[in-house]
Amino acid sequence: MVLTDYIESFSDNILAITDSGDFVRYKEIEILAKQLSGIITEKVLVFDCASNTIGSLVGYLALQKLNAVPLMLSDNVDKDIFHSLVKIYEPNYLWIAQDKLSRYCENVESLLEYKDYCLVKLYNVNHDLNSDLALLLSTSGSTGSSKLVRLSYTNIVSNALSIAEYLDIKVTERPITSLPMYYSYGLSVINSHILKGATILLTNYSVVQMEFWRFFKEKEATSFAGVPYTYEMLAKIRFGKMNLPSLHTMTQAGGKLSKELVEFFAQISIDKGFRFFVMYGQTEATARMSYLPCDKVIEKPTSIGIAIPNGRFELRSETDELIREVGADGELCYSGPNVFMGYATSAQDLSLGDFSGGILKTGDIAHVDADGYYYITGRKSRFVKIYGNRIGLDNIEQILKSRIADCACTGNDNKVELYVTQHPDFDVIGYISEKVHLHPSVFALHVISEIPKSESGKILYAKL
Amino acid sequence: MNQSDLYNQCFEKVFQTHEVKNLRYKECPLWDSVGHITLIAELEDAFDISLEPEDMMSFSSYKKGIEILQKYGVDI
Repeated sequence: MVLTDYIESFSDNILAITDSGDFVRYKEIEILAKQLSGIITEKVLVFDCASNTIGSLVGYLALQKLNAVPLMLSDNVDKDIFHSLVKIYEPNYLWIAQDKLSRYCENVESLLEYKDYCLVKLYNVNHDLNSDLALLLSTSGSTGSSKLVRLSYTNIVSNALSIAEYLDIKVTERPITSLPMYYSYGLSVINSHILKGATILLTNYSVVQMEFWRFFKEKEATSFAGVPYTYEMLAKIRFGKMNLPSLHTMTQAGGKLSKELVEFFAQISIDKGFRFFVMYGQTEATARMSYLPCDKVIEKPTSIGIAIPNGRFELRSETDELIREVGADGELCYSGPNVFMGYATSAQDLSLGDFSGGILKTGDIAHVDADGYYYITGRKSRFVKIYGNRIGLDNIEQILKSRIADCACTGNDNKVELYVTQHPDFDVIGYISEKVHLHPSVFALHVISEIPKSESGKILYAKL
Repeated sequence: MNQSDLYNQCFEKVFQTHEVKNLRYKECPLWDSVGHITLIAELEDAFDISLEPEDMMSFSSYKKGIEILQKYGVDI
């Protein structure tokens, strides 16, 4: 089943309303798909430079309906990253905002225009795309890694169904887009609500802008999704003082929110009478793996909760043995129909079938309590999550290495630490921050006498 | 340092540029929501003030910010 198979009965429902007052019904998906089918006649690869607009949303859904495979990218994706991805994957088409087209391509004509978006032909090649392949997401949006997550139709539909079930999403729901569509969490909000025929409130304004809240109140948004940084910002702008009577549900994912802030928002949710869900996921699991039921937040504020419907957690030791004891740490492993097919690092990989067998080793270290609730205590792999983005420390180290041979990079979810052995003759933080699209305040530079290394020359990160 | 220079310095530090006078939210690569909260924190520290939520959220440009800070007795 394809996501759009579920929505045929909603054709007169309103699919989306924008902050400029424009709106579309669900039947527009069918109409656009019909128009596109005059051009897209087989399974093709499409780069989708997504934003929270009608053209982007209806385009994404129409492409799903036509069984085209979109790679979701930011509509502000760095030009160099965009071109390197284009070179590697040779997309057949590009779905992009008309006013962004000239930034990425010269001398191309749009084949079809719909609202603010247009379709552009890129490569005339016949890709061998696996028939189960539905969607591609980047493993790390901002560092522009060319490694992609391959998601199947089953992945998308099953995860959206599970999410709609535990959040009890109804047709009357009106989620506001507080996250970008190319980000797995942002996309999961859209997919899980589309399944139920709900109305998406589309805005590209951010929570730090007055216009966002004006739109929220005027169109009576019922739910809101945020990464830890969103919640930090909400705390700073004194969210508790806002009067938002339509708000019914707030969800948090994309990294660990501090215990203090979980408790802070849990209390507000009780005072104001809405539901607050702490959740956990990865792009490799389409989006979601677990959630903490909202009535458990006060009792277990540091927990990532329980596996979503149709999913299952287990803990494994370094020697891959099952850990059954309460409180004992092990690698968190997830199994479920939403576990991705595998990665792709080349166009050839897009022909591959399922490599995961429905099992995902998350790389997170966790334990479980006597009630069956899971707690993450550390991370096995060299990744950090900053502002909800998965950032590969090795990736940053590679970028830095291109300018400074002797360097190392460590970090946690708040800060990325850069180590060099000589005073650099250029603005290191400015350079890295521009390359990976993260604010300079995220980075700290340390000039040290020596980078600690093992006898075989491996950097000993624990000694930094 | 006078208050106008201090105001400019906050922008220069957060957005890493000396051309600050025409800056607007989202029109400079570093002035995104993260940069916005960083700027607000920097200004609150520098002028020892605490902005109301409405003012944080309508702080949409360098020029608009001057009007807002004047309400808090900052003389720019």
